[in-house]
Amino acid sequence: MGWENPTKVSRNMIIMSEDNDISVNLNKINDNTWEVPRGYKPGMRVPGRLFLSSPLLKLLEQGTLDQVANVAALPGIQKYSMAMPDAHLGYGFPIGGVAAFDMEEGVISPGGVGFDINCGVRLIRSNLQENDVRPGIKDLLEKLFHAVPSGVGSKSRLRVNDDQLNDIFIHGSRWAVENGYGLPKDVERCESQGMMGGALVNQVSTKARQRGRPQLGTLGSGNHFLEIQYVDEIYDTKAAEAFGLEKGQITFMIHCGSRGAGHQICTDHLRTLTQAAQKYKIDLPDKQLACAPTDSSEAQNYFGAMVCAANYAWANRQVIMHWAREVFQDFLHKDLDELGMDLVYDVAHNVAKLEEHKIDGKKQEVYVHRKGATRAFPPGHSDIPIAYKKVGQPVLIPGSMGTASYVLHGTHDAMDISFGSACHGAGRVMSRAHAKHEFRGEQIQKELSDLGISVRATQPALIAEEAPEVYKSSSDVVDVVHNLGIARKVARLMPIGVVKG
Amino acid sequence: MPDDPKKYEYLDHTADAKFLAYGKTLEEAFENAALAMFNVMINTNTISNTLLQDIDLVAEDIDGLLFDWLSEFLFLMDAENLIFGDFKVHTIEQKGGKFYLSATVYGELIDLSRHVFDTEVKAATYNDMQVKNLADGWVLQATVDT
Repeated sequence: MGWENPTKVSRNMIIMSEDNDISVNLNKINDNTWEVPRGYKPGMRVPGRLFLSSPLLKLLEQGTLDQVANVAALPGIQKYSMAMPDAHLGYGFPIGGVAAFDMEEGVISPGGVGFDINCGVRLIRSNLQENDVRPGIKDLLEKLFHAVPSGVGSKSRLRVNDDQLNDIFIHGSRWAVENGYGLPKDVERCESQGMMGGALVNQVSTKARQRGRPQLGTLGSGNHFLEIQYVDEIYDTKAAEAFGLEKGQITFMIHCGSRGAGHQICTDHLRTLTQAAQKYKIDLPDKQLACAPTDSSEAQNYFGAMVCAANYAWANRQVIMHWAREVFQDFLHKDLDELGMDLVYDVAHNVAKLEEHKIDGKKQEVYVHRKGATRAFPPGHSDIPIAYKKVGQPVLIPGSMGTASYVLHGTHDAMDISFGSACHGAGRVMSRAHAKHEFRGEQIQKELSDLGISVRATQPALIAEEAPEVYKSSSDVVDVVHNLGIARKVARLMPIGVVKG
Repeated sequence: MPDDPKKYEYLDHTADAKFLAYGKTLEEAFENAALAMFNVMINTNTISNTLLQDIDLVAEDIDGLLFDWLSEFLFLMDAENLIFGDFKVHTIEQKGGKFYLSATVYGELIDLSRHVFDTEVKAATYNDMQVKNLADGWVLQATVDT
């Protein structure tokens, strides 16, 4: 490996990440699509596809490109190893990566899902207007901050026992609704109805259970947040109407995942699959790409445990939404019907799913891995709510703190181009450590306040790591997806208040 | 302590925290890797060493041992509410094709009125993991998911 002098190695890494002229290795397919040829790295079974505009390509790190190429070397991969416009360096798979593996010849890989299994976003509409909440926004944020525990070491008001935990692993959002956290119609407005089938509770370790018990109903930290927004632009009136969105209206967004339970499930099974990859003689360019043949017990056990974590995450967002609705009711002295706080939709950003796709004109079952990517199913698809059948699945793209979030809808083109997938966010361009060195939390807080955006966090320093400048512009990212046609813009949401985890 | 050799250093990684940890011995390098990971989350000088915990691990290779070592602390944090600031790895041995670690770590229960947390570490990863024996000691490279 030539790794004799660590100082030299670290310097090389920095130089590589600053080298932006990577387009010489790529073939331009169209304005928003670049192909990574099979010859880019030995072992690639399919080419890579980067969905990027020229300006965004300049922000792409060499390491991310290498990760796209590494994924292309895994057995049974179909068509392309893909990277969305918000792609950045991950571990094993890039963040913003999408890869589909044949149900029989392919593999399942925890690295293609990530540690925060079913990290995702839900959007809630309302009958409120901007001026209903803006005057009291700081008090409202304070109440939300106390209702939903956030940050490292925070514990939930809710304690679940082992039997309840099994129920949550199997039934997800449905468990939450049946236990008084929300309305029956909430589950219909969730990807997979907030409950993926195939949960294997016996594949969830004692450690994962211990981490999961005290954390249901907690936000976590990092890029997780609660956000009060208003609709400032409608691009597609028909779709907006179907989603219950209109200009000037208040919306509420929740971004979080499966917490320690999901992290531990990934950790446990990554260990097993690292050994399985050796057992099944799969040559891995990076150990974090650990995987096993789809029909092996190791892969299926991981998949069943991953489903448990995904369902835990849906229950988590459902409980958090319920508490947030209570805060709004209490604060504005209105009941839920008056508030009209209906769930628009809930999407997973980190998950693997067995789906049917058309490849070379033939229907084929594939395990689609989306790591930092959103499913974007088209109008008429059987797996989207009836109310949205004519317009397609809502695709929810959160902005970075203080910048716009977008609602889009899925398309038929997405099924042809990207296995029914689109981007998931803005995409980081600066590390947390670098951001904290560069910015002061109090200063960012003040700048955002001047823009009419209040932020509440456990401590101001945490605000620096999520400063708007450390992300690509969410509008640039969304424009690529929109122009490619893998999802089409419906509405833009501007933040007015953020609780940062 | 200017004469103190560097225990660890952070490398640039967009999404996560990546570091090199050094040690005259492999045991010391493991201690410093734990220190590097905890300092992503909290200034370990603010953790008092009132509780101790023995940790014994077995893994099939040295990468797996480092992965398990870092993962164990994240489990203890969530499940037992424990954080640590001082690490003593007694031995790392290779016996019969397996790697054994025996350690005692020192820390306390999380007290949010005193402990100021920074970014949460979600998990250890295998990404670019390296364990190298150089002429003047050991160096470990690890990436943790934040």
